[in-house]
Amino acid sequence: MSILSPAIIDSLPYLFSGIFITLGLVILALGLGLMMGIPMSLIQVYGPRPLEYCIRTYIWIFRGLPILVLLFLFYFGIFPMFAPDVGPFWIAAVVLGFRTAAYQSEIFRGAIQSISEGQMLAARSLGMSRFCAIRTVILPQALRRALPGWTNEYPILLTDSSVCYAIGVAELLTRGNQIVARIGDPMTVYIIVAILFILLNYGGQWIFGRIENRYTIPGYGHGDA
Amino acid sequence: MIQLQFDFDLLLPVLYQGALVTLALILVSAPFGFLNGIAIALGRVYGNRFVSKLCHGYVLFFKGCPLLLLLFIIYFGLPSVGITFTAFTSAVIGFILCNGAYNSEYIRGGIQSVSRGQMTAALSLGMSGMQAIRSIILPQALRKSLPGLANEFIYLIKYSSLAYMITVIEITGAGKIFAAKYFAFFEVFIIIGIFYLALVTIAGQVIARIEKKIAIPGFGGV
Amino acid sequence: MVMHEMTDSEIILRVEDIHKCYGETEVLNGVSFNVRCGETKVFIGPSGTGKSTLLRCINQLTVPDSGSIWLNDEEVTHSGPLINQFRQKIGMVFQNFNLFDHLTAVGNVEIALIRVKGMNKADARKKALLELSQVGLLDKANAYPAELSGGQAQRLSIARALAMDPEVILFDEPTSSLDPELTREVLEVMRRLARAGMTMLVVTHEMGFALSVANEILFMEHGKIVEQGSPSDIQTSPAFARTRQFLGTFHDD
Repeated sequence: MSILSPAIIDSLPYLFSGIFITLGLVILALGLGLMMGIPMSLIQVYGPRPLEYCIRTYIWIFRGLPILVLLFLFYFGIFPMFAPDVGPFWIAAVVLGFRTAAYQSEIFRGAIQSISEGQMLAARSLGMSRFCAIRTVILPQALRRALPGWTNEYPILLTDSSVCYAIGVAELLTRGNQIVARIGDPMTVYIIVAILFILLNYGGQWIFGRIENRYTIPGYGHGDA
Repeated sequence: MIQLQFDFDLLLPVLYQGALVTLALILVSAPFGFLNGIAIALGRVYGNRFVSKLCHGYVLFFKGCPLLLLLFIIYFGLPSVGITFTAFTSAVIGFILCNGAYNSEYIRGGIQSVSRGQMTAALSLGMSGMQAIRSIILPQALRKSLPGLANEFIYLIKYSSLAYMITVIEITGAGKIFAAKYFAFFEVFIIIGIFYLALVTIAGQVIARIEKKIAIPGFGGV
Repeated sequence: MVMHEMTDSEIILRVEDIHKCYGETEVLNGVSFNVRCGETKVFIGPSGTGKSTLLRCINQLTVPDSGSIWLNDEEVTHSGPLINQFRQKIGMVFQNFNLFDHLTAVGNVEIALIRVKGMNKADARKKALLELSQVGLLDKANAYPAELSGGQAQRLSIARALAMDPEVILFDEPTSSLDPELTREVLEVMRRLARAGMTMLVVTHEMGFALSVANEILFMEHGKIVEQGSPSDIQTSPAFARTRQFLGTFHDD
């Protein structure tokens, strides 16, 4: 069992190309989550009450539901109703993105609220508008503080992406299962898939760690915002 | 609308059965996941080099490997090397292994945040190392790690749905099968969604109450 | 003083030639002394001269490199798991209290009675309350350490040590992290203990306390005892300039 059979070796290229699908899902979701999460967090802190409640409800729903339920709901329920032509990969990316947006919004909100009031006062005393102060003083600090929490979304998304198997996205786990169905030997195949996930996980975290270090400024330790 | 009403009468008993399985999965896994977390954390902090490394490796593996893949390994993989569990047992084992790995990280943080003087003082009174860990270090460490452990419990509730992927008919699975038969995905998953939101929200409230009840002046949590 | 009439048979603690190195630095360089029952010995000297390490060596919280400690003619050093029994008889009070933060005042005092001495909970509670009243903390029995002042916290930690009925108590700079006005209430408790005949080893910078309470003052420098004697000896004829200098700096407060 420890020796890889020719059948498994032949199927490795197919398995490996699943890495691109998996990483594609993760990167698209991270990006979508970022694009949604920052404005959502700003609305939570600075926005009008009714909008703030809308965002909070959104977060409550997307953080409260299992990823599998969200995938089923969107794949079988919402998308067929409103956009029947979208394929499973894009649906999965949207669902993962919507979900991480909820988490990211909370991360950014915490970071914004951790910036002292004096920063805003100082900016306004220089004649900046509220919007200008947020954009040039508050957000640059808040985003730095949010970075450790934000990069933590990567391993979560990576492991969650495997659940997209349930709606037939041809990512790593799906391809692993297809290979098992074709040639058997589930243990060997699953262990290879596990190793790939673990390498992607810690390799990615290492890269994000490097990025964090690059943006470190004295006084902004790694303390979670 | 009449069609939907008809569905509900059939749907609710099905979901009720599934909900019971979901609750069983959570309630069986959570205590063992908690104990597993304590064991791994103690191994990492107080174990000798080998035990500590082993526990660290455990955490790296089970945090790095997707839970769904872990369930596949246990339910579909292990039988090929002669180890067979029922689907329910496989799911519970997977949840305990994974939940324990995450719990252990919070508990380890808690242990390390307890000042060294606490151990010194306990030893100075004649306690053995084990006694000191049990009655001085752990009670403090667990209090400090409670917010993290609570988070993991909420995750456990949500990820229990993955058991359906290895044929355990819990509420998500029960709903999916029903929805496919009557082609009523939207309605079914709205109800399931409400179930999970209620469960998660109630759990959050209960945890908050527990936190309040065991709160001690001077303990903010990590 | 009556103490001088005592014979060797009343010696309860013997410290023989203790050496301790941390890497290159020799913290304790051959320290020996005997402690008689009911005696209060006060260790003074500049910071970093091994006084605290010496106390920790006595109950083996720090294991010395060589030398031996004897309590009632039983060896404390190399005692293996028996050390936990010796530690019950050798109480310790720490500079930063080290109170168990998750337990109430009474819980702090009774935990070792229950877990170590195996006392039942009702008896332990009774004894703990008695010890709290001894240090004037009965009204704080249900307070948590975070709710106590520094002086109250240190008195509580003295009660915790006393509850084990120790034969000796080690005080490791018990007032160093306290404000002057809180120092007084702790020293008062210690003074009462000494008068009641408790055997005490005290590391402190409180010269007033040392001169009025100690039977013997030991001056330590560079890991050695460089001078020892009764308070009057030390005060009137200091043999070492270093001692005089040290006493001088602390006479003002």
